[in-house]
Amino acid sequence: MSHGLLLAFEVTILVLAIFLGFEVISKVPTLLHTPLMSGTNAIHGIVIVGAMLVAGLGHKDTLTTVVGLVAVVLASANVVGGFVVTDRMLEMFRKREPPAAERAAHDGRPTDGDQSKREVPPTQ
Amino acid sequence: MGRVATDFAYLATIVAFILALKFLSHPATARRGNWIGAVGMLIAIAVTFAQKSVVSYWEIVVGMAVGGSFGAVAARRVKMTAMPQMVALFNGVGGGAAALISLGEFHVLAPDPGRLHGDISVSIILSALIGSISFAGSMVAFAKLQELIQGRPIVYPGQQAVNGLLLAAVVAAGVAIVAGAERQWLIVAVIVGALIFGVLFVLPIGGADMPVVISLLNAFTGIAAAATGFELENNVLIVSGMLVGASGTLLTILMGRAMNRSIANVLFGAFGQVAPSAAAAAADTNGGAVRSATADDVAVMLAYAHKVVFVPGYGMAVAQAQHDVRQLADLLEARGVEVSYAIHPVAGRMPGHMNVLLAEANVPYPQLKEMDEANSEFPRTDVALVIGANDVTNPDARSNQSSPIYGMPILNVDQAQSVVVLKRSMNPGFAGIENPLFVNPKTVMLFGDAKDSIEQLIAGIKAQ
Repeated sequence: MSHGLLLAFEVTILVLAIFLGFEVISKVPTLLHTPLMSGTNAIHGIVIVGAMLVAGLGHKDTLTTVVGLVAVVLASANVVGGFVVTDRMLEMFRKREPPAAERAAHDGRPTDGDQSKREVPPTQ
Repeated sequence: MGRVATDFAYLATIVAFILALKFLSHPATARRGNWIGAVGMLIAIAVTFAQKSVVSYWEIVVGMAVGGSFGAVAARRVKMTAMPQMVALFNGVGGGAAALISLGEFHVLAPDPGRLHGDISVSIILSALIGSISFAGSMVAFAKLQELIQGRPIVYPGQQAVNGLLLAAVVAAGVAIVAGAERQWLIVAVIVGALIFGVLFVLPIGGADMPVVISLLNAFTGIAAAATGFELENNVLIVSGMLVGASGTLLTILMGRAMNRSIANVLFGAFGQVAPSAAAAAADTNGGAVRSATADDVAVMLAYAHKVVFVPGYGMAVAQAQHDVRQLADLLEARGVEVSYAIHPVAGRMPGHMNVLLAEANVPYPQLKEMDEANSEFPRTDVALVIGANDVTNPDARSNQSSPIYGMPILNVDQAQSVVVLKRSMNPGFAGIENPLFVNPKTVMLFGDAKDSIEQLIAGIKAQ
């Protein structure tokens, strides 16, 4: 593939990713905005791939070695810290006694059809 | 592993990240989503290890051990109340990594003339520039939230001109590189200049606006990651980085909208700067009219109310009072009082900050009311208990055109029968704006640390 073609292809997926990002994120309720921020924070830890590619080069000089090593350190902190913090936040959204409708569902009785409303607070 | 196989494996990571974001849209699936994202990340790391160009492993392994254990320990140890600064910190290091990748790539590619295509050098400059701003800006945000430096805007005359000139100089150095001056010192100049700009850019922004700044810098790091994707011709970096870029941008816009302020006003308005004379004058006028109550008085008010609405703010987070608040609510509910929580979209230091804290304390989320719903309930509320919230209850936002927060949607707590404000002192809040709610005849103040005050209220109600 020529370089120009590759660039056109990359820009295409970049633009598609922008639309996809807006589309997916606009469905997240405000209740979850903090975990969302933290979760996307973990996802941009994907720079670890770039850091590994620089650090993993053979026959490199001292500067590149140091730069690559530090980049891997920073990116790893981003990845691990990001996912762990997000998990800790989300863990707290689980532990609670189920609301009445959910308890009814567990008992095998029909629910009042209002369950989804109870689970998700209205967004603004 | 060949290039084609690698790219297909990276596609699995991309799909995992998209699913992670989709699953985040519901509290019941959000945690699973985060795990799916983590698995996607593991796939990407494994695939990268298997790439032909990766031949030197010790730097990677050592770097991962050091960075990963720091991240794990910091994330495990941090208190829930300190989450905002933790997110800022992890965001910053991601930006720093992106900038370093560009520095390394440039160093490797530049000595070999003709290997730097125009678009490659543009993306190297962009990721070095944006990544460095994100790193330095996030560190300042971290320091402000951790109260290592003062939260109030730090301003000086000609600040914006200085910032503008600095940014122009950095961009000029970048343009010179793209135009063919492939000198090492120029890329170093771009990075150093961008680091200084990042610091200067966040210093004048008040602590109360840090959520918006962190969200914006989150988008910056995402965009920097996408730019490194162009450098390395790597799809997973382009797509994942841009997903974060789009999400951070959208979140920033939503927060600005919730405060009815433009993003430009947040970034350049030095919001919350207190003119000393104005603050002193306000203290004079307010001094006489504030009514303060004892915990026992307030306990009686709460115990005999029909409906109580809690309005939590940053003060609850600082005092870590969320568990006590839950206990107080349980106690009131046992007495037949109807209890709910009014959550302003920008209460606290992150969007949804209060939701996270109250969830930690096991408050059932149907009791958490968002602004519009809460506002429809205040007129039939007996007592609105404001716990360390300030600006989000300030009636000046509705009526005083000269107030800096005029037009911001607020929680109309002053429509309740009576208002109790738990506050440490009469100092103006984080944003430094006077709040006439405190001198409203319906309002009584209960001074002290929020946790202590709530504990006293619990004891007082038990004694009823």
